[in-house]
Parts: sequence; C-alpha cells; structure tokens
Amino acid sequence: MKIVVCVNHVPDTETKVKVGSDGKTVDRQGINYILNPYDEFAVEEALRMKEKHGGEVIAMSLGGDAHKETLRKVLAMGADKAVLLKDDTMRDSMGVARTLSDALKEMSPDVIWVGKQSIDYDNAAMAGLIAEMLNIPSVSVVVKEEIRDGKIVCEREIEGGHEIVESKLPAVLAAQKGLNEPRYPSLKGIMAAKSKPIEERIAAKAEIAVEVLQMRKPEPKKPGKVVGSDVGAVRELVRLLHEEAKVV
Amino acid sequence: MGKKILTFAEQRDNAFKKSAFEVTKLGRTLADQSGAELVALVLGGSVEKIASELGGYGATRVLTVEDQRLERYSTTAYAAVVAEVARSEGADTVLIPASALGKDLAPRVAVKLSAGLAVDCTALRFENGGFVATRPIYAGKALIEVRVKSAAAVFTLRPNVFTAGVADGKKASVEKAPVTLSDDHFGARVLEVQVQTGRPDVTEAEIIVSGGRGLKSPDNFHLIESLADVLGAAVGSSRAVVDAGWRPHDEQVGQTGKTVSPSLYIACGISGAVQHLAGMSSSKVIVAINKDKDAPIFQVADYGIAGDVFDILPALTDEFKKLLGK
Repeated sequence: MKIVVCVNHVPDTETKVKVGSDGKTVDRQGINYILNPYDEFAVEEALRMKEKHGGEVIAMSLGGDAHKETLRKVLAMGADKAVLLKDDTMRDSMGVARTLSDALKEMSPDVIWVGKQSIDYDNAAMAGLIAEMLNIPSVSVVVKEEIRDGKIVCEREIEGGHEIVESKLPAVLAAQKGLNEPRYPSLKGIMAAKSKPIEERIAAKAEIAVEVLQMRKPEPKKPGKVVGSDVGAVRELVRLLHEEAKVV
Repeated sequence: MGKKILTFAEQRDNAFKKSAFEVTKLGRTLADQSGAELVALVLGGSVEKIASELGGYGATRVLTVEDQRLERYSTTAYAAVVAEVARSEGADTVLIPASALGKDLAPRVAVKLSAGLAVDCTALRFENGGFVATRPIYAGKALIEVRVKSAAAVFTLRPNVFTAGVADGKKASVEKAPVTLSDDHFGARVLEVQVQTGRPDVTEAEIIVSGGRGLKSPDNFHLIESLADVLGAAVGSSRAVVDAGWRPHDEQVGQTGKTVSPSLYIACGISGAVQHLAGMSSSKVIVAINKDKDAPIFQVADYGIAGDVFDILPALTDEFKKLLGK
C-alpha cells in the first residue's frame, strides 16, 4: 500500500499574530514553526496503516527550505521518504492543491492523508480540492478508519454526531483530532531520519484566484465588567445577561 | 461576477437547518446589491415539500433535486449535482454554509466550476463589480479581506454570523432541476448517521458553557452540564481538559478545536490561553468565571465573576432556573 501524507509547516498555537509590513501577511519575525497539529494525526494514521497493511509512507510538503524541518520530523516519526515541492511564494488554497495534486498524480498512491485543516489559514479545504482534482473520493474530519474489502470505512465528525462513510480507494482522507494519539519520534527514529532522503522538486508558480486585499487584527474588546468575587454577584450577573445583554 | 447567485440550502432529515435561511437571506441581500438573480437549491431524499419555505427568507425561485440516494450525504454526488445546476443555471456565485457538510462540499464544487474559493466568511459585500469577503484566520487571531479574481466564486459562510431574521410568509416557486445521477457518482457515501442525543453542538449552539482545568477533575463537569442543560446550551472544553482525557475532543474550543460564535459564551475555570481565546473571542457576549482575577480570559470577557467556580456554578444554575421558570 502506497500512502502519501501531505504536511504543512505552520506557526505554533502560542503565536500572537502580528500583521506584517505589507499589510497582507503575517509578520514572521520571532515565530516558532511546527508540524501542523492536524497533520500529526494524519502522519500517525498513515504509519499505522503501513504497520497493518504493509507498503510505504511518503511525506510531502509544499513550501520553502524551512519545510524540511517539518519533513524531518515526519521522517523521524517513521515515514520512509519525503518530497519537498519547493516554492515559497504566496498562493491560495486552490494553488496549493493544484501543485500537490499534480505531484500526486505521478505517484498514484492508494491513500492520501492530510490534516483536517492548517491552523494558519484555516481553509479546511485541501482534502476536497485534491480529491476533486484527482477525480477520486474523499472523507474529511475523520476520527476513525478501517479498510474492509478494498474499501475504506471512516467515521467523520458532523454537528452533534458522526457519519459512517464508505469510500472507494484511492481516496483522500483528512485527519481530525481524536483519530489517534500521535507518537513522539524516538531517538532511533531521529537518527534514522538523518539518512532518509528528502527529494526536492521545483514547484511551478500558481495563479492566484483569491487575492488578499488586507490583513488586520480583530477590534480589541472593550474592558468588561467584573460583577463581583463571590456568590453574592450571581444574581446581578444574571440580571445583566437578561436585561442589559439580552442573551438569556 | 454577480450575474446569478446560487445558494445551497442545507437540510438534515428533510428539515432545513438554520444555516439554510442564513445563506438564502444573505443571497437575497447580495443579489439586490449587485443586480444579480438569486436561485436557491435544495437536495435530499424528500425535500420538495419543504422547498417553498425558503421564500420566507428572500428566495423567489427554488430548485430541488430529489433522489433517495441523496437522503444521506455523499461528497461526490452532492458536488456533481451542485456544479451541474450552477452550470446549467449560469450561476457565477455559489453560497454554501460553512457547516460540516458545506466545508466538505464547497472545495469540490469550486474545482468543478474553476471558481475561486473563500471559506468560513463572516462578512461578504459587493464592491467594484465583485464580492469582497472577510474571513478569520489563525482561528480568529487575525482577519483577511479577500477578493475573488476568477470569473466564478464559491463562498462558505460561517453559521450563526449572518442573521436570517423571521420568515416573512412569502412562498417561493419550486421547480425540479433536471439532473441525472448514476451510481458512479457515489464514490463515497454515508452509510449511517450516529446522532448524539441531548445537547447541541458547539458550532451551532446559541449558548456555550465551557469548562477548563479550574474544574479540577472530570467528575466535576456535572456542574458545567447542569448549567448548560438549564440554558439549553452546548458544553465546551479547553484544550487542557481534552488533552488530559477528561472530555471528548468534539467539545474542544480553540485553535486546535472549534471556532465558535455563540450569542453567549460562559467560560468557567478557563484561564484563557492564546489559542483558546482565538477560538471563542468572536462570541457576542462572553462571561468569565475564574478565581484568578488576573487571568487573560477577563480581558475578552464582557462580564466576569472573579470567584471560585465551585461556589459560583451551582448558584448560577439556580438563578437561571428561577429566571427561566425551570
């Protein structure tokens, strides 16, 4: 079984976002980058699939040299090899998907894993975009999966419940938190990753269909009212919510 | 852009979701602003009888695609139908709710129509012959304004942000859209829906009561649940308690959980890590209950009690019971 897992390199969740001098992108200074958290679940599940069904796991990322750090981590977790599609220019989600799907077409994997969303631009669109470009099915927000009779049966999260989805293979699957508990790279894994190959390919520039006009911080909230510090304040709080804020 | 707007009206079990009305109403506003036509689309197993309801929210013409196989969601079949209808109608703008279904559907439709895609929009306006969308990124730590440059556009709209208002009693004309579906369209399909009964989902709830590490143990979450149940609210959680295994991950609010915009968000025993604040600070009214008066959560709260959750929560539950006559 050939499994490709697409990963992204994103600012960590502690990042306090500042708008860059162009007014359109984030100021990268001082930001600590990590493997996108949802992609960690995708990598873990890809590795578990390989452990169960055999085959190989290939990690792929689109971006600049900095993405190698993230690919190294995925190799240390246990992926067999990595591909870096090199291009550091700004693109929209469609442009990212186009480059990934072009590379995937050549690789013809059985399963493609992505994270549910990147925690930077929050598009949550990659599984559908890639799958449609490859003309194959997809399942997003996956919290459980099992291959049965050449098909994959997934549990996906929806509002107030789960859907059990059956899909043909090949398919693109998007990992949600809860799918598994990602492993930490072992010391042996980290050592082994150093000798695993990262193949670099120059990615073509993409056309931008969705142009960012400006980036801004949300309006800061006005200071609130601390009603009190003990149960004596409860009645007043309820009154304020009912009469002033009118939300109850 | 702006010739014809197609709105996708989501239903579950042959009843419209609230987002169907929100999307339709916004479609009407944008159509009026841009001089575009508006057409609404609903698909499902048995939807013709509900379709005209959309007239109450500004749709004059509703297209239906009824097929037993569409009773449950199929990413491949739904995308094929929506794209085919958009094409045959000549619609260049498609509005879809940013729900679990809509987020899954929209990217596929966008690829099929060679359209630009802007997801999870919280504002959308017509300007200089095109639409400009505002969307939160980094779970709300920043906002971007985007313009779609391609000839066609697909937008998904965050639920609970656009107001549908009250139905004005008008009925829309309903037509069947001529779409042929073959079994090949069902490469992925839902076999079964497992609905958790009881409380609403955090992404759809009007009120959320959230608990954090200040609750000290998973056994104390009954305090959160009791308050939530009196208010008909969803239960939310911080990442700390989800990672500790106290609560299920589908309750998690924040950058690695869900981004929410309820009318009222009550944060209990949550200090307010950056990544949590990002996910909930667009709530309309925020209440913080935390014994540390310097906790960051108070910086985004509209009202707060700097007290012990174990004292405040039971009293608050009782007080709401009295108010609501429960």
